[in-house]
Amino acid sequence: MSNDSLGRVETKSFMHKDSFSLKSGKTLQGFEMVYQTYGELNEAKDNAILICHALSGNHHVAGLSEDNKKGWWDDMVGPNKAFDTNKYFIVGCNNLGGCHGSTGPNSINPENNMAYGSSFPMVTVGDWVKSQDLLRTHLGLPYWYAVVGGSLGGMQALQWSIDFPDLVKKIVVIAAAAKLSAQNIAFNEIARQAILADPNYNSEDKLPKTGLGLARMLGHITYLSDDAMREKFGRDMKKGEVNFSYDVEFEVESYLRYQGESFSNRFDAHTYLLMTKVLDYFDPAESHEGDLAKTLKSVTAKTLLIAFSSDWRFSPERSRELANAFIEAEKDVSFLEIDSPHGHDAFLMPSETYDSAIETFLDKNE
Amino acid sequence: MNKLIGKFINTNGRVLDLGCGDGSLLAFLKENNQVKGLGLEIDHQKIQKCLQKDVSVIDQDIDSGLSNFQDQSFDAVIMSQSIQALRKPEVALEEIIRIGKEAIISIPNFANWRCRLQLIFGGTMPVSSALPHDWYSTPNIHLCSLKDFEKLCVDHGADILDRQLLSFDGEEQSFMKVAPNLLTEIALYRVKARN
Repeated sequence: MSNDSLGRVETKSFMHKDSFSLKSGKTLQGFEMVYQTYGELNEAKDNAILICHALSGNHHVAGLSEDNKKGWWDDMVGPNKAFDTNKYFIVGCNNLGGCHGSTGPNSINPENNMAYGSSFPMVTVGDWVKSQDLLRTHLGLPYWYAVVGGSLGGMQALQWSIDFPDLVKKIVVIAAAAKLSAQNIAFNEIARQAILADPNYNSEDKLPKTGLGLARMLGHITYLSDDAMREKFGRDMKKGEVNFSYDVEFEVESYLRYQGESFSNRFDAHTYLLMTKVLDYFDPAESHEGDLAKTLKSVTAKTLLIAFSSDWRFSPERSRELANAFIEAEKDVSFLEIDSPHGHDAFLMPSETYDSAIETFLDKNE
Repeated sequence: MNKLIGKFINTNGRVLDLGCGDGSLLAFLKENNQVKGLGLEIDHQKIQKCLQKDVSVIDQDIDSGLSNFQDQSFDAVIMSQSIQALRKPEVALEEIIRIGKEAIISIPNFANWRCRLQLIFGGTMPVSSALPHDWYSTPNIHLCSLKDFEKLCVDHGADILDRQLLSFDGEEQSFMKVAPNLLTEIALYRVKARN
Protein backbone atom coordinates (compact mmCIF):
# COMPACT_ATOMS: atom_id res chain seq x y z
CA MET A 1 0.00 0.00 0.00
CA SER A 2 1.42 3.40 -0.92
CA ASN A 3 2.01 5.87 1.88
CA ASP A 4 -0.54 8.33 0.50
CA SER A 5 -3.48 5.98 0.84
CA LEU A 6 -5.75 5.56 3.80
CA GLY A 7 -6.17 1.90 2.91
CA ARG A 8 -9.33 0.11 3.93
CA VAL A 9 -11.85 2.37 5.66
CA GLU A 10 -14.82 1.44 7.73
CA THR A 11 -18.37 2.76 7.59
CA LYS A 12 -19.97 3.61 10.91
CA SER A 13 -23.53 4.37 11.78
CA PHE A 14 -25.22 6.91 14.00
CA MET A 15 -28.81 6.36 15.09
CA HIS A 16 -30.85 9.38 16.05
CA LYS A 17 -33.76 8.05 18.07
CA ASP A 18 -35.84 11.20 18.55
CA SER A 19 -38.13 12.65 15.97
CA PHE A 20 -36.51 15.07 13.57
CA SER A 21 -38.61 17.83 12.09
CA LEU A 22 -37.91 19.01 8.57
CA LYS A 23 -38.30 22.40 6.97
CA SER A 24 -41.14 21.06 4.83
CA GLY A 25 -43.18 20.59 8.02
CA LYS A 26 -42.87 16.80 7.85
CA THR A 27 -41.17 14.78 10.55
CA LEU A 28 -38.88 11.77 10.49
CA GLN A 29 -39.32 9.39 13.42
CA GLY A 30 -35.60 9.27 14.03
CA PHE A 31 -33.00 8.48 11.42
CA GLU A 32 -29.83 6.58 10.70
CA MET A 33 -26.79 8.36 9.34
CA VAL A 34 -23.79 6.46 8.02
CA TYR A 35 -20.39 8.09 8.08
CA GLN A 36 -16.68 7.48 7.79
CA THR A 37 -13.79 9.13 9.59
CA TYR A 38 -10.14 9.47 8.63
CA GLY A 39 -7.18 10.61 10.72
CA GLU A 40 -7.14 11.09 14.46
CA LEU A 41 -9.07 13.50 16.61
CA ASN A 42 -6.51 15.37 18.69
CA GLU A 43 -6.75 15.85 22.43
CA ALA A 44 -8.08 19.39 22.17
CA LYS A 45 -10.71 18.08 19.71
CA ASP A 46 -10.09 21.10 17.53
CA ASN A 47 -8.97 19.45 14.31
CA ALA A 48 -12.24 18.00 13.00
CA ILE A 49 -13.25 18.73 9.42
CA LEU A 50 -16.61 17.84 7.93
CA ILE A 51 -16.57 17.13 4.20
CA CYS A 52 -20.03 17.44 2.66
CA HIS A 53 -20.91 15.51 -0.46
CA ALA A 54 -22.57 16.75 -3.63
CA LEU A 55 -25.52 15.40 -5.58
CA SER A 56 -24.31 11.88 -6.25
CA GLY A 57 -21.65 11.57 -3.57
CA ASN A 58 -21.79 9.85 -0.22
CA HIS A 59 -19.95 9.22 3.04
CA HIS A 60 -17.16 7.26 1.32
CA VAL A 61 -14.92 10.27 0.75
CA ALA A 62 -11.51 8.61 0.80
CA GLY A 63 -9.69 5.32 1.22
CA LEU A 64 -10.85 1.92 0.01
CA SER A 65 -14.29 0.54 0.76
CA GLU A 66 -14.94 -3.13 1.53
CA ASP A 67 -15.50 -3.74 -2.17
CA ASN A 68 -12.20 -2.01 -3.00
CA LYS A 69 -13.69 1.22 -4.37
CA LYS A 70 -11.81 4.47 -3.88
CA GLY A 71 -13.66 7.32 -2.17
CA TRP A 72 -14.95 10.15 -4.38
CA TRP A 73 -12.31 12.59 -3.10
CA ASP A 74 -9.52 10.11 -2.46
CA ASP A 75 -7.15 12.20 -4.59
CA MET A 76 -7.44 15.04 -2.13
CA VAL A 77 -8.09 13.43 1.24
CA GLY A 78 -5.42 11.32 2.88
CA PRO A 79 -1.94 11.45 4.39
CA ASN A 80 -0.02 14.47 3.00
CA LYS A 81 -2.84 15.35 0.61
CA ALA A 82 -4.71 18.68 0.42
CA PHE A 83 -6.86 17.52 3.34
CA ASP A 84 -4.07 15.96 5.32
CA THR A 85 -5.25 13.14 7.54
CA ASN A 86 -1.97 13.36 9.46
CA LYS A 87 -3.23 16.70 10.77
CA TYR A 88 -6.99 16.56 10.66
CA PHE A 89 -9.78 14.31 11.79
CA ILE A 90 -11.99 14.16 8.75
CA VAL A 91 -15.64 13.15 8.73
CA GLY A 92 -17.79 12.32 5.72
CA CYS A 93 -21.45 11.41 6.07
CA ASN A 94 -24.23 10.29 3.76
CA ASN A 95 -26.96 12.89 3.84
CA LEU A 96 -30.58 12.16 4.72
CA GLY A 97 -32.48 11.11 1.64
CA GLY A 98 -29.36 9.40 0.30
CA CYS A 99 -29.15 5.87 -1.01
CA HIS A 100 -25.92 4.64 0.55
CA GLY A 101 -27.00 3.71 4.04
CA SER A 102 -28.50 6.79 5.67
CA THR A 103 -32.25 7.06 6.06
CA GLY A 104 -33.71 7.74 2.64
CA PRO A 105 -36.26 6.59 0.09
CA ASN A 106 -35.01 2.99 0.31
CA SER A 107 -35.50 2.87 4.10
CA ILE A 108 -38.54 1.38 5.73
CA ASN A 109 -41.16 3.87 6.82
CA PRO A 110 -41.98 2.87 10.42
CA GLU A 111 -45.55 4.04 9.91
CA ASN A 112 -46.45 1.40 7.35
CA ASN A 113 -43.42 -0.91 7.29
CA MET A 114 -42.93 -0.26 3.60
CA ALA A 115 -40.05 1.42 1.81
CA TYR A 116 -40.61 5.17 1.55
CA GLY A 117 -39.94 5.38 -2.17
CA SER A 118 -41.46 8.54 -3.56
CA SER A 119 -43.16 9.29 -0.24
CA PHE A 120 -39.85 10.12 1.43
CA PRO A 121 -40.24 13.68 2.70
CA MET A 122 -38.43 16.51 0.93
CA VAL A 123 -35.30 17.62 2.74
CA THR A 124 -33.30 20.83 2.48
CA VAL A 125 -29.68 21.88 2.95
CA GLY A 126 -30.78 23.37 6.28
CA ASP A 127 -32.21 20.00 7.35
CA TRP A 128 -28.95 18.31 6.42
CA VAL A 129 -26.88 20.79 8.38
CA LYS A 130 -29.12 20.24 11.40
CA SER A 131 -28.68 16.48 11.11
CA GLN A 132 -24.91 16.87 10.65
CA ASP A 133 -24.88 18.87 13.85
CA LEU A 134 -26.45 15.91 15.65
CA LEU A 135 -23.61 13.78 14.25
CA ARG A 136 -21.13 16.37 15.56
CA THR A 137 -22.63 16.02 19.06
CA HIS A 138 -22.62 12.24 18.74
CA LEU A 139 -18.90 12.34 17.90
CA GLY A 140 -18.24 14.56 20.93
CA LEU A 141 -16.85 17.43 18.86
CA PRO A 142 -17.08 20.90 20.44
CA TYR A 143 -17.12 22.43 16.95
CA TRP A 144 -15.85 21.83 13.42
CA TYR A 145 -12.47 23.31 12.66
CA ALA A 146 -13.74 23.45 9.10
CA VAL A 147 -16.71 22.48 7.00
CA VAL A 148 -15.90 21.93 3.34
CA GLY A 149 -17.64 20.93 0.16
CA GLY A 150 -17.93 21.30 -3.59
CA SER A 151 -21.10 22.03 -5.53
CA LEU A 152 -24.08 21.00 -3.36
CA GLY A 153 -21.47 20.18 -0.70
CA GLY A 154 -20.28 23.80 -0.77
CA MET A 155 -23.83 24.92 -0.16
CA GLN A 156 -23.86 22.87 3.04
CA ALA A 157 -20.62 24.48 4.16
CA LEU A 158 -22.14 27.90 3.52
CA GLN A 159 -25.33 26.96 5.38
CA TRP A 160 -23.23 25.75 8.30
CA SER A 161 -21.56 29.14 8.63
CA ILE A 162 -24.95 30.85 8.64
CA ASP A 163 -26.92 28.47 10.87
CA PHE A 164 -24.23 27.58 13.40
CA PRO A 165 -21.71 30.44 13.42
CA ASP A 166 -20.29 29.36 16.78
CA LEU A 167 -19.71 25.80 15.67
CA VAL A 168 -17.51 26.26 12.64
CA LYS A 169 -14.19 28.12 12.40
CA LYS A 170 -13.55 27.92 8.67
CA ILE A 171 -15.50 27.06 5.57
CA VAL A 172 -14.31 26.18 2.09
CA VAL A 173 -17.04 26.60 -0.49
CA ILE A 174 -16.01 25.18 -3.86
CA ALA A 175 -17.74 25.49 -7.25
CA ALA A 176 -21.00 26.44 -5.59
CA ALA A 177 -23.51 29.28 -5.62
CA ALA A 178 -25.72 31.13 -3.16
CA LYS A 179 -28.71 29.87 -5.14
CA LEU A 180 -29.42 28.19 -8.43
CA SER A 181 -30.05 30.15 -11.60
CA ALA A 182 -33.11 29.51 -13.78
CA GLN A 183 -30.88 27.65 -16.25
CA ASN A 184 -29.55 25.47 -13.49
CA ILE A 185 -33.03 24.64 -12.18
CA ALA A 186 -34.05 23.92 -15.77
CA PHE A 187 -31.38 21.22 -16.09
CA ASN A 188 -32.61 19.67 -12.86
CA GLU A 189 -36.19 19.74 -14.11
CA ILE A 190 -35.27 17.85 -17.27
CA ALA A 191 -33.43 15.30 -15.14
CA ARG A 192 -36.52 14.86 -12.98
CA GLN A 193 -38.84 14.58 -15.96
CA ALA A 194 -36.60 11.88 -17.41
CA ILE A 195 -37.10 9.85 -14.24
CA LEU A 196 -40.78 10.65 -13.73
CA ALA A 197 -41.59 9.80 -17.35
CA ASP A 198 -39.97 6.38 -17.08
CA PRO A 199 -42.81 3.80 -17.14
CA ASN A 200 -41.06 1.95 -14.32
CA TYR A 201 -41.25 4.93 -12.02
CA ASN A 202 -43.33 3.85 -9.01
CA SER A 203 -43.62 0.32 -10.37
CA GLU A 204 -43.68 -2.35 -7.66
CA ASP A 205 -40.98 -4.58 -9.04
CA LYS A 206 -39.00 -2.57 -11.58
CA LEU A 207 -36.70 0.41 -11.29
CA PRO A 208 -36.80 3.51 -13.54
CA LYS A 209 -33.26 2.86 -14.72
CA THR A 210 -33.72 4.32 -18.18
CA GLY A 211 -34.97 7.59 -16.73
CA LEU A 212 -32.24 7.75 -14.11
CA GLY A 213 -29.63 6.97 -16.76
CA LEU A 214 -30.94 9.77 -18.96
CA ALA A 215 -30.90 12.18 -16.03
CA ARG A 216 -27.28 11.26 -15.39
CA MET A 217 -26.31 11.62 -19.04
CA LEU A 218 -27.71 15.14 -19.06
CA GLY A 219 -26.08 15.99 -15.74
CA HIS A 220 -22.77 14.60 -16.90
CA ILE A 221 -22.65 16.90 -19.92
CA THR A 222 -23.17 19.90 -17.66
CA TYR A 223 -20.27 18.84 -15.44
CA LEU A 224 -17.84 18.82 -18.36
CA SER A 225 -16.66 21.72 -20.45
CA ASP A 226 -17.00 21.97 -24.22
CA ASP A 227 -13.21 21.88 -24.51
CA ALA A 228 -12.86 18.87 -22.24
CA MET A 229 -15.41 16.92 -24.31
CA ARG A 230 -13.73 17.94 -27.57
CA GLU A 231 -10.39 16.86 -26.17
CA LYS A 232 -11.69 13.56 -24.87
CA PHE A 233 -13.98 12.47 -27.72
CA GLY A 234 -13.84 14.91 -30.58
CA ARG A 235 -15.96 13.36 -33.33
CA ASP A 236 -14.30 9.98 -32.96
CA MET A 237 -16.42 7.11 -34.20
CA LYS A 238 -16.79 3.73 -32.53
CA LYS A 239 -16.33 1.84 -35.79
CA GLY A 240 -14.53 4.50 -37.76
CA GLU A 241 -17.46 5.33 -40.04
CA VAL A 242 -21.13 6.25 -39.91
CA ASN A 243 -23.62 3.48 -40.50
CA PHE A 244 -26.76 5.57 -40.78
CA SER A 245 -28.50 4.22 -37.70
CA TYR A 246 -29.47 5.20 -34.17
CA ASP A 247 -27.00 2.79 -32.66
CA VAL A 248 -24.01 4.08 -30.82
CA GLU A 249 -21.77 5.64 -33.45
CA PHE A 250 -19.83 8.47 -31.86
CA GLU A 251 -17.52 7.79 -28.94
CA VAL A 252 -19.27 10.44 -26.91
CA GLU A 253 -22.56 8.56 -27.27
CA SER A 254 -20.95 5.39 -26.09
CA TYR A 255 -19.41 7.16 -23.12
CA LEU A 256 -22.65 8.82 -22.09
CA ARG A 257 -24.66 5.63 -22.37
CA TYR A 258 -22.09 3.83 -20.27
CA GLN A 259 -22.15 6.60 -17.66
CA GLY A 260 -25.94 6.58 -17.57
CA GLU A 261 -26.20 2.85 -17.29
CA SER A 262 -23.56 2.34 -14.63
CA PHE A 263 -24.99 5.21 -12.60
CA SER A 264 -28.50 3.77 -12.76
CA ASN A 265 -27.15 0.53 -11.32
CA ARG A 266 -25.62 2.17 -8.28
CA PHE A 267 -27.91 5.09 -7.52
CA ASP A 268 -31.54 5.42 -6.51
CA ALA A 269 -33.95 7.39 -8.68
CA HIS A 270 -35.91 8.74 -5.72
CA THR A 271 -32.71 10.00 -4.14
CA TYR A 272 -31.77 11.66 -7.41
CA LEU A 273 -35.13 13.42 -7.59
CA LEU A 274 -34.77 14.51 -4.00
CA MET A 275 -31.19 15.79 -4.40
CA THR A 276 -32.10 17.92 -7.40
CA LYS A 277 -34.90 19.49 -5.37
CA VAL A 278 -32.52 20.17 -2.49
CA LEU A 279 -30.37 22.08 -4.97
CA ASP A 280 -33.30 24.01 -6.41
CA TYR A 281 -34.65 25.03 -3.01
CA PHE A 282 -31.33 26.23 -1.69
CA ASP A 283 -31.51 29.96 -1.09
CA PRO A 284 -30.24 30.97 2.36
CA ALA A 285 -30.91 34.66 1.62
CA GLU A 286 -34.62 33.85 1.59
CA SER A 287 -34.62 34.44 5.34
CA HIS A 288 -33.54 38.05 4.71
CA GLU A 289 -35.74 39.04 1.78
CA GLY A 290 -33.11 37.92 -0.68
CA ASP A 291 -30.38 40.07 0.85
CA LEU A 292 -27.40 37.73 0.97
CA ALA A 293 -25.07 40.20 2.67
CA LYS A 294 -27.56 40.60 5.53
CA THR A 295 -27.90 36.83 5.73
CA LEU A 296 -24.14 36.54 6.14
CA LYS A 297 -23.94 39.13 8.94
CA SER A 298 -23.93 36.43 11.61
CA VAL A 299 -21.11 34.45 10.00
CA THR A 300 -17.88 34.24 11.99
CA ALA A 301 -16.08 31.55 10.00
CA LYS A 302 -13.10 32.47 7.87
CA THR A 303 -14.16 31.72 4.35
CA LEU A 304 -12.38 30.47 1.25
CA LEU A 305 -14.33 30.40 -2.00
CA ILE A 306 -12.96 28.56 -5.00
CA ALA A 307 -14.33 28.46 -8.55
CA PHE A 308 -13.06 26.97 -11.81
CA SER A 309 -12.73 28.96 -15.01
CA SER A 310 -14.45 26.46 -17.33
CA ASP A 311 -17.27 25.53 -14.94
CA TRP A 312 -20.52 26.65 -16.52
CA ARG A 313 -22.92 24.68 -14.31
CA PHE A 314 -21.71 26.68 -11.27
CA SER A 315 -19.78 29.40 -13.00
CA PRO A 316 -17.11 31.56 -11.33
CA GLU A 317 -19.58 34.45 -11.54
CA ARG A 318 -21.82 32.71 -9.00
CA SER A 319 -18.87 32.39 -6.62
CA ARG A 320 -18.01 36.05 -7.19
CA GLU A 321 -21.55 37.01 -6.21
CA LEU A 322 -21.03 35.06 -3.04
CA ALA A 323 -17.65 36.72 -2.46
CA ASN A 324 -19.22 40.15 -2.96
CA ALA A 325 -21.89 39.43 -0.39
CA PHE A 326 -19.22 38.36 2.09
CA ILE A 327 -17.30 41.58 1.39
CA GLU A 328 -20.44 43.68 1.78
CA ALA A 329 -21.12 41.93 5.08
CA GLU A 330 -17.54 42.84 6.07
CA LYS A 331 -16.54 39.23 6.54
CA ASP A 332 -13.18 37.56 6.30
CA VAL A 333 -13.26 36.07 2.81
CA SER A 334 -10.80 34.98 0.14
CA PHE A 335 -11.72 34.00 -3.37
CA LEU A 336 -9.74 32.12 -5.98
CA GLU A 337 -10.70 31.38 -9.57
CA ILE A 338 -8.60 28.48 -10.77
CA ASP A 339 -7.85 27.95 -14.45
CA SER A 340 -9.04 24.52 -15.39
CA PRO A 341 -10.33 22.91 -18.58
CA HIS A 342 -12.39 20.34 -16.65
CA GLY A 343 -15.65 22.22 -16.11
CA HIS A 344 -17.63 21.63 -12.93
CA ASP A 345 -15.89 18.28 -12.38
CA ALA A 346 -12.66 20.21 -11.73
CA PHE A 347 -13.60 20.41 -8.07
CA LEU A 348 -13.01 16.67 -7.78
CA MET A 349 -9.53 16.78 -9.29
CA PRO A 350 -6.38 17.82 -7.50
CA SER A 351 -4.13 20.49 -9.00
CA GLU A 352 -1.21 22.39 -7.59
CA THR A 353 -3.00 25.72 -7.13
CA TYR A 354 -6.16 24.08 -5.83
CA ASP A 355 -4.44 21.79 -3.34
CA SER A 356 -2.06 24.37 -1.99
CA ALA A 357 -4.80 26.99 -1.57
CA ILE A 358 -6.81 24.56 0.55
CA GLU A 359 -3.78 23.34 2.44
CA THR A 360 -2.60 26.87 3.25
CA PHE A 361 -6.03 28.15 4.16
CA LEU A 362 -6.62 25.26 6.56
CA ASP A 363 -3.13 25.44 7.95
CA LYS A 364 -3.15 29.11 8.87
CA ASN A 365 -4.14 29.11 12.49
CA GLU A 366 -4.76 32.25 14.46
CA MET B 1 7.24 52.33 2.57
CA ASN B 2 4.99 50.09 4.69
CA LYS B 3 5.73 52.21 7.75
CA LEU B 4 5.02 55.38 5.86
CA ILE B 5 1.67 54.06 4.65
CA GLY B 6 0.98 52.80 8.17
CA LYS B 7 1.16 56.40 9.41
CA PHE B 8 -1.77 57.26 7.20
CA ILE B 9 -3.92 54.33 8.28
CA ASN B 10 -6.24 54.52 11.25
CA THR B 11 -6.12 51.73 13.81
CA ASN B 12 -8.91 49.16 13.52
CA GLY B 13 -9.90 50.46 10.11
CA ARG B 14 -11.02 48.47 7.13
CA VAL B 15 -8.43 48.58 4.38
CA LEU B 16 -8.60 47.51 0.75
CA ASP B 17 -5.27 47.03 -1.03
CA LEU B 18 -5.66 47.06 -4.81
CA GLY B 19 -2.93 44.97 -6.35
CA CYS B 20 -1.83 43.66 -2.97
CA GLY B 21 0.96 41.44 -4.31
CA ASP B 22 2.19 38.93 -1.75
CA GLY B 23 0.18 40.62 0.99
CA SER B 24 3.15 42.03 2.95
CA LEU B 25 1.66 45.51 3.30
CA LEU B 26 -1.67 44.17 4.58
CA ALA B 27 0.11 41.77 6.91
CA PHE B 28 2.13 44.72 8.22
CA LEU B 29 -0.96 46.87 8.69
CA LYS B 30 -2.80 44.03 10.37
CA GLU B 31 0.05 43.58 12.81
CA ASN B 32 0.79 47.26 13.46
CA ASN B 33 -2.49 49.07 12.87
CA GLN B 34 -4.86 46.20 13.72
CA VAL B 35 -6.72 46.79 10.48
CA LYS B 36 -9.17 44.44 8.84
CA GLY B 37 -7.56 44.04 5.45
CA LEU B 38 -8.65 42.77 2.08
CA GLY B 39 -6.42 42.50 -0.96
CA LEU B 40 -7.10 42.26 -4.68
CA GLU B 41 -4.64 40.28 -6.77
CA ILE B 42 -4.66 38.22 -9.95
CA ASP B 43 -1.32 36.46 -9.72
CA HIS B 44 -2.07 33.06 -8.19
CA GLN B 45 1.40 32.62 -6.75
CA LYS B 46 1.01 35.93 -4.95
CA ILE B 47 -2.49 34.95 -3.80
CA GLN B 48 -0.94 31.83 -2.35
CA LYS B 49 1.55 33.99 -0.42
CA CYS B 50 -1.31 36.13 0.88
CA LEU B 51 -3.05 33.02 2.21
CA GLN B 52 0.22 31.99 3.85
CA LYS B 53 0.31 35.34 5.62
CA ASP B 54 -3.32 34.95 6.62
CA VAL B 55 -4.22 37.94 4.46
CA SER B 56 -7.71 37.79 2.91
CA VAL B 57 -7.48 38.14 -0.83
CA ILE B 58 -9.87 38.26 -3.77
CA ASP B 59 -8.85 37.02 -7.21
CA GLN B 60 -10.01 40.05 -9.18
CA ASP B 61 -8.64 42.19 -11.99
CA ILE B 62 -8.86 45.91 -11.18
CA ASP B 63 -9.12 46.68 -14.89
CA SER B 64 -12.39 44.77 -15.13
CA GLY B 65 -13.95 47.16 -12.66
CA LEU B 66 -14.57 47.64 -8.96
CA SER B 67 -18.33 48.05 -9.07
CA ASN B 68 -18.74 45.13 -6.67
CA PHE B 69 -17.47 47.33 -3.84
CA GLN B 70 -19.96 49.53 -2.00
CA ASP B 71 -19.61 53.33 -1.67
CA GLN B 72 -17.41 54.44 1.22
CA SER B 73 -17.22 50.86 2.50
CA PHE B 74 -13.52 50.98 3.36
CA ASP B 75 -11.72 53.40 5.64
CA ALA B 76 -8.80 53.38 3.26
CA VAL B 77 -8.11 52.09 -0.21
CA ILE B 78 -4.47 51.62 -1.10
CA MET B 79 -3.00 51.52 -4.56
CA SER B 80 0.73 51.17 -4.36
CA GLN B 81 2.61 51.87 -7.59
CA SER B 82 0.10 50.23 -9.83
CA ILE B 83 -2.17 52.99 -11.13
CA GLN B 84 0.25 53.48 -14.03
CA ALA B 85 -0.26 49.86 -15.05
CA LEU B 86 -4.04 50.16 -15.37
CA ARG B 87 -5.90 50.52 -18.63
CA LYS B 88 -8.03 53.37 -17.29
CA PRO B 89 -6.30 55.13 -14.39
CA GLU B 90 -8.91 57.90 -14.34
CA VAL B 91 -11.76 55.41 -13.87
CA ALA B 92 -9.77 53.61 -11.21
CA LEU B 93 -9.18 56.87 -9.34
CA GLU B 94 -12.88 57.70 -9.37
CA GLU B 95 -13.70 54.22 -8.13
CA ILE B 96 -11.02 54.33 -5.42
CA ILE B 97 -12.36 57.55 -3.90
CA ARG B 98 -15.92 56.25 -4.18
CA ILE B 99 -15.07 53.05 -2.27
CA GLY B 100 -12.64 54.49 0.26
CA LYS B 101 -13.19 57.26 2.75
CA GLU B 102 -9.57 57.98 2.00
CA ALA B 103 -7.17 56.63 -0.57
CA ILE B 104 -3.45 56.18 -0.50
CA ILE B 105 -1.89 56.13 -3.92
CA SER B 106 1.76 55.99 -4.80
CA ILE B 107 3.21 56.62 -8.25
CA PRO B 108 6.62 56.30 -9.85
CA ASN B 109 7.55 59.77 -11.14
CA PHE B 110 8.26 59.67 -14.85
CA ALA B 111 9.51 63.26 -14.78
CA ASN B 112 12.35 62.41 -12.42
CA TRP B 113 15.64 63.89 -13.63
CA ARG B 114 17.16 60.49 -14.36
CA CYS B 115 14.27 59.66 -16.65
CA ARG B 116 14.54 63.02 -18.32
CA LEU B 117 18.27 62.60 -18.93
CA GLN B 118 17.85 59.13 -20.37
CA LEU B 119 15.30 60.39 -22.81
CA ILE B 120 17.09 63.59 -23.75
CA PHE B 121 20.66 62.35 -23.95
CA GLY B 122 20.27 58.62 -24.29
CA GLY B 123 17.35 58.96 -26.65
CA THR B 124 15.77 55.84 -25.17
CA MET B 125 12.76 55.18 -23.01
CA PRO B 126 13.91 55.48 -19.38
CA VAL B 127 14.66 52.40 -17.35
CA SER B 128 15.22 52.84 -13.61
CA SER B 129 14.87 51.03 -10.31
CA ALA B 130 11.33 52.31 -9.97
CA LEU B 131 10.62 51.51 -13.62
CA PRO B 132 12.77 48.51 -14.44
CA HIS B 133 11.10 47.33 -17.67
CA ASP B 134 11.94 47.78 -21.33
CA TRP B 135 9.38 49.84 -23.25
CA TYR B 136 7.94 46.84 -25.09
CA SER B 137 7.44 44.59 -22.08
CA THR B 138 6.51 47.14 -19.46
CA PRO B 139 3.23 46.73 -17.59
CA ASN B 140 3.44 50.49 -17.00
CA ILE B 141 1.33 51.73 -19.87
CA HIS B 142 0.19 55.00 -18.28
CA LEU B 143 3.23 56.61 -16.78
CA CYS B 144 2.89 60.09 -15.38
CA SER B 145 4.66 62.79 -13.45
CA LEU B 146 3.64 64.37 -10.15
CA LYS B 147 2.13 67.25 -12.08
CA ASP B 148 0.18 64.88 -14.29
CA PHE B 149 -1.19 62.92 -11.37
CA GLU B 150 -2.15 66.04 -9.48
CA LYS B 151 -4.02 67.29 -12.53
CA LEU B 152 -5.79 63.94 -12.76
CA CYS B 153 -6.91 64.40 -9.15
CA VAL B 154 -8.21 67.89 -9.87
CA ASP B 155 -10.04 66.77 -13.00
CA HIS B 156 -11.58 63.69 -11.44
CA GLY B 157 -12.88 64.95 -8.13
CA ALA B 158 -10.08 63.97 -5.76
CA ASP B 159 -8.72 66.31 -3.11
CA ILE B 160 -5.08 65.80 -2.20
CA LEU B 161 -4.72 65.75 1.60
CA ASP B 162 -1.07 64.88 1.80
CA ARG B 163 1.97 64.23 -0.37
CA GLN B 164 5.24 62.50 0.49
CA LEU B 165 8.29 62.69 -1.76
CA LEU B 166 10.34 59.53 -1.73
CA SER B 167 13.29 57.78 -3.27
CA PHE B 168 12.61 54.55 -5.11
CA ASP B 169 13.33 52.55 -1.96
CA GLY B 170 10.57 54.40 -0.14
CA GLU B 171 12.75 56.74 1.97
CA GLU B 172 11.54 60.27 2.64
CA GLN B 173 13.95 62.79 1.09
CA SER B 174 13.47 66.39 2.18
CA PHE B 175 15.76 67.82 -0.53
CA MET B 176 13.16 66.75 -3.10
CA LYS B 177 10.94 69.58 -1.91
CA VAL B 178 13.20 71.96 -3.82
CA ALA B 179 11.90 70.66 -7.12
CA PRO B 180 9.44 67.83 -6.49
CA ASN B 181 8.56 67.04 -10.08
CA LEU B 182 12.23 66.85 -11.02
CA LEU B 183 13.73 65.12 -7.99
CA THR B 184 11.10 62.76 -6.65
CA GLU B 185 11.33 59.11 -7.59
CA ILE B 186 8.15 57.90 -5.94
CA ALA B 187 5.33 60.10 -4.65
CA LEU B 188 2.85 58.95 -2.06
CA TYR B 189 -0.49 60.73 -2.00
CA ARG B 190 -3.36 60.67 0.44
CA VAL B 191 -6.52 61.74 -1.34
CA LYS B 192 -10.26 61.72 -0.81
CA ALA B 193 -13.36 62.50 -2.79
CA ARG B 194 -14.09 66.22 -3.07
CA ASN B 195 -17.15 67.13 -1.06
